[in-house]
Amino acid sequence: MTARMTQIYWDALRGVADPEIPVVNIVEMGMVRGVDIGESGVRVRFTPTFSGCPALHVIRQGITDALAAAGADTVTVENVFSPPWTTDDITPEARAKLETYGIAPPAPNGESSLFMTLELEAVRCPRCGSFDTRMTASFGSALCKRMYVCQACREPFEGMKSV
Amino acid sequence: MTETTLTALSESLKTGLIARFTALADDEITLSHRVAEWTGHAPLLEEDIALANIAQDELGHATLWLGLRAALDGSNADALAYHRDPAEFRNTPLTELPKGDWAVTMVRQYLFDAWEVLWLDTARQSAYVPLAEAAAQALREEKFHLQHTALWVERLALGTAESTRRTQDALTQIWPYALALFDPLSAEADAVAAGLLPDIAALQPRWTALVRGHLEGVGLSIPASSPLPYSRHQHTEHLAPLLADFQRVARKFPESQVW
Repeated sequence: MTARMTQIYWDALRGVADPEIPVVNIVEMGMVRGVDIGESGVRVRFTPTFSGCPALHVIRQGITDALAAAGADTVTVENVFSPPWTTDDITPEARAKLETYGIAPPAPNGESSLFMTLELEAVRCPRCGSFDTRMTASFGSALCKRMYVCQACREPFEGMKSV
Repeated sequence: MTETTLTALSESLKTGLIARFTALADDEITLSHRVAEWTGHAPLLEEDIALANIAQDELGHATLWLGLRAALDGSNADALAYHRDPAEFRNTPLTELPKGDWAVTMVRQYLFDAWEVLWLDTARQSAYVPLAEAAAQALREEKFHLQHTALWVERLALGTAESTRRTQDALTQIWPYALALFDPLSAEADAVAAGLLPDIAALQPRWTALVRGHLEGVGLSIPASSPLPYSRHQHTEHLAPLLADFQRVARKFPESQVW
């Protein structure tokens, strides 16, 4: 019974879109660490992406609404910071969706050094697939993105920061 | 950290943590406000966006620190941010100075980012687990700031005669305020000794080596400086107008629930 309900809740969470990038959901973005059913209701362990991201409020509300619609009486969304969210947690399916949507998926993060340099990983143009791209701004329209231009097809595009 | 260990913190350790979390949050709030003053006014669209991002990150970090404080004393982040008077703020005078020109904004942000990256890097090892976790989260974001501002300082210092002059003027103005980041908080001594908080005296040589190398490497001179008449308890004339602006809406509608 609990296992079946847990599965139903996970499926419901797959219906919660990332408000900034609505083609992907919060489960495939790696933001949900766990769903526990206890005597005090359903507890979702949620990992914030960027600490200043204004979409976090919307996502927390989306979790509560989705689980209530799936039959949960009481929903608690608990922040989990450890280990911190990393773009390496994004699933291959979500990466493919990001690319189709026009956002270059993040390069593997690995253990980056304390002081970053501008020698970045090659980023592939989501439109034509060329690696002949150039970063035009290190910040973009959301905390998770930066801006690029493709020198092959001349299209500007966004890429996800690798964190 | 489990509840048992949280209650096991002595009063003096708790007081030290609360003092440092408040100082950090107040630095982030005031600096975020100054940076956000460029929104709609920055010299380039990309930089307008970059500074809005940086301001948003800093405010997000303030939320982290006030959340850590709330776990210790049950305080309310919005009440602290929006309903304290200037004399109750514990930010360093560096962060309240007016945004100045582009060089002042970038030199201040660079010196602050370098300090914050080093503080966070050390705080990842804190024996107080909630701090270690928050520091790891904030550090990843702060590294993007440092990369960006280090590059701007270089670009401005090596740009035209005018940009070089302005950058040197900015450094001469800002440097003594940046040094005040290393004034220890009297309340945190026990928490530092217990390994809960970074020892900022030990951070200073690392910070100095880092920023001196970068600044002198692009031809800037570090000015001689004497201690300031200002501190986290004695603010400049610039804090009150900043807070009047920052807190205006919240104070006008104190019954509102969400900001």
